[in-house]
Amino acid sequence: MSIFIDENTKVIVQGLTGSQGRFHGLRNRDYGTKVVGGVTPGKGGESVDGIPVFDTVAEAVAATGATASFVAVPPRAAAAAILQAAEAGIALIVCITEHIPAKDEAVVYARLKRDFPGTRLLGPNCPGLISPGKCNIGITAGEIALAGGPVGIVSRSGTLTYQALHELSQQGVGQTTCVGIGGDPVPGTNFIDVLEAFEADPETRAVIMIGEIGGAEEERAAEYIRDHMTKPVVAYIAGVTAPPGRKMGHAGAIVSGSQGTAQAKMDALAAAGVIVAKNPTEAGEKMVEVVRGLP
Amino acid sequence: MDLFEYQGKQYFSKYGIPVSLGDIADTVDEAVAVADRIGYPVVVKAQVQVGGRGKAGGVKLASNHEEARLHATNILGLDIKGHVVHRLWIEHASEISREYYASFTLDRGAKAHLCMLSAKGGVDIEQVVEEDPEAIARLYINPLDGVARADLERLVVEAAIDEEARAGTVEILERLYTCYIEGDADLVEINPLILTPEGKVHALDAKVTLDDDAAFRHPEWEEFALSQEGDPREIMAREKGLNYVGLEGSVGIIANGAGLAMSTLDVVNQVGGSAANFLDCGGGADADLLADALEVINSDAAVKAILINIFGGIVRCDEVAKGVLIAIDRVGLTTPIVIRLDGTNAPLAREILAPHLSDRIIMETTMIGAARRAAEIANERSK
Repeated sequence: MSIFIDENTKVIVQGLTGSQGRFHGLRNRDYGTKVVGGVTPGKGGESVDGIPVFDTVAEAVAATGATASFVAVPPRAAAAAILQAAEAGIALIVCITEHIPAKDEAVVYARLKRDFPGTRLLGPNCPGLISPGKCNIGITAGEIALAGGPVGIVSRSGTLTYQALHELSQQGVGQTTCVGIGGDPVPGTNFIDVLEAFEADPETRAVIMIGEIGGAEEERAAEYIRDHMTKPVVAYIAGVTAPPGRKMGHAGAIVSGSQGTAQAKMDALAAAGVIVAKNPTEAGEKMVEVVRGLP
Repeated sequence: MDLFEYQGKQYFSKYGIPVSLGDIADTVDEAVAVADRIGYPVVVKAQVQVGGRGKAGGVKLASNHEEARLHATNILGLDIKGHVVHRLWIEHASEISREYYASFTLDRGAKAHLCMLSAKGGVDIEQVVEEDPEAIARLYINPLDGVARADLERLVVEAAIDEEARAGTVEILERLYTCYIEGDADLVEINPLILTPEGKVHALDAKVTLDDDAAFRHPEWEEFALSQEGDPREIMAREKGLNYVGLEGSVGIIANGAGLAMSTLDVVNQVGGSAANFLDCGGGADADLLADALEVINSDAAVKAILINIFGGIVRCDEVAKGVLIAIDRVGLTTPIVIRLDGTNAPLAREILAPHLSDRIIMETTMIGAARRAAEIANERSK
């Protein structure tokens, strides 16, 4: 099993005719993902490498039966694109767009919560998600993932997710699903949403969680793990050496006052019974040990 | 982007938030002319983006022409925690009965806007948060609903704002919210918000942080961007569109992706080194971008070794390897450089680099190995 997506998931790409959308959308299709359509206003009727393009998400959904959307449009158009997908009944929206204004993200989050509670938004500013061998939506390089489980990965960072996939795959340890929740201040899907899904997924038997400085989501996740998770969790938090008050690349990665430090997050996770690694390589090694010890 | 106080006050004025009458001055003569025009007493304030300027002698009261000249002379050029004062803000001195605190920002945990209001203004608000959290009244605002006057009327009571200041405070909070939303700020803060003996409420300071991601709908921000000061390495990086944060150490770092870059800093630290910077060269690390990144790092005399840590997902490592070689050449780099490339096409990349390896161009196959090597070289060369 996998979470959120599987081999039958039908995906449309909003922005398929743009350079990002085309590049990643076709890569996703090459990986085996059922990419059934694209959406670009004003370009309905065209096609991209055989994939039909529609003017609106509603038309694309009516024609293809898609349930997931990959949003790869520029920041100024992203909020409207996400809401259009939700209005068309899309259940999973994956938005890779970086640099969306914070006010727009806050409005999108509130709209989805109030009007479309059944819709899941992953991101914005996330690498997407991959269930190796089944479906890949977003920018993750499918080659570095290994099918067959038993590890689930959830991460705030793109390249650190790749690093984690690589460490596991090299050791012959496969993944069920790898989910990048993104580095922005208001992510549509948070650690707990993904941990819940992994806990409920029978094929996932252990989880790697990769966090970073800023906010309090890792601390909340620690509480959830302590109270609800039976599966072993290995965690790594980036940004121990980041100085307070400076944004470290991701809009969400900033230590303000005494809040959001890497040490506080690691302490909270360790206290919740999580195996805390001090770098990505160690996280991989510890997970390999965990997997070898599984009954 | 953080605004200077004078820019923050100009921003506030646009939204009808009352501030003291004042103007900017870049020279002593300008400062005196401004002071004469607005009328004494005036406050001469250093425009630097660092806290504690009052204690450092950067804020002075002048009651006449001679004092204004004296203070302006002393404050211009003053070094406040590494920030040299190039500009002054001269404003009419206000009489103060009470000092309050007011702000709007996004509360990430609640995923809602947050208004904080306190009758204990004028001091470091983080200190109030720690010592007397009850003294800060909070109002969460759903972005879809906006802020209701009735909520603000309750908030001023809850925050124990003096009765004669309540109506004025509510009005300022309404305007401050508009400034925060329409002005696309990450933070708007007034500390202190003052009550004068005449019963007027107005903003004595202005702290505004703009959301850089919203710049596309604010062409008027261009002038703010031009006046940004700070670390020359950071200014150079910003001009080249690189995501860079200057630090104090001796290992210059280039990585792709914010998470991996942060993690690289941590690992360098774990193996006994110290990072000179954070630099995320992003997803499309081509030769030009790498050359720019190396140029910025090379401009930092404290850097004794450079570590390039790339995980190729979308980026192909062979292209990065070629880029690194071109970049080293273009920049004329002499500092030793340790390269770790993993992911897509990594074996090919290692083949490309192999003939060029020396004691100045070193390849390592793991992130930790590369960090260790770079730290060793930097420590050795720092002796």
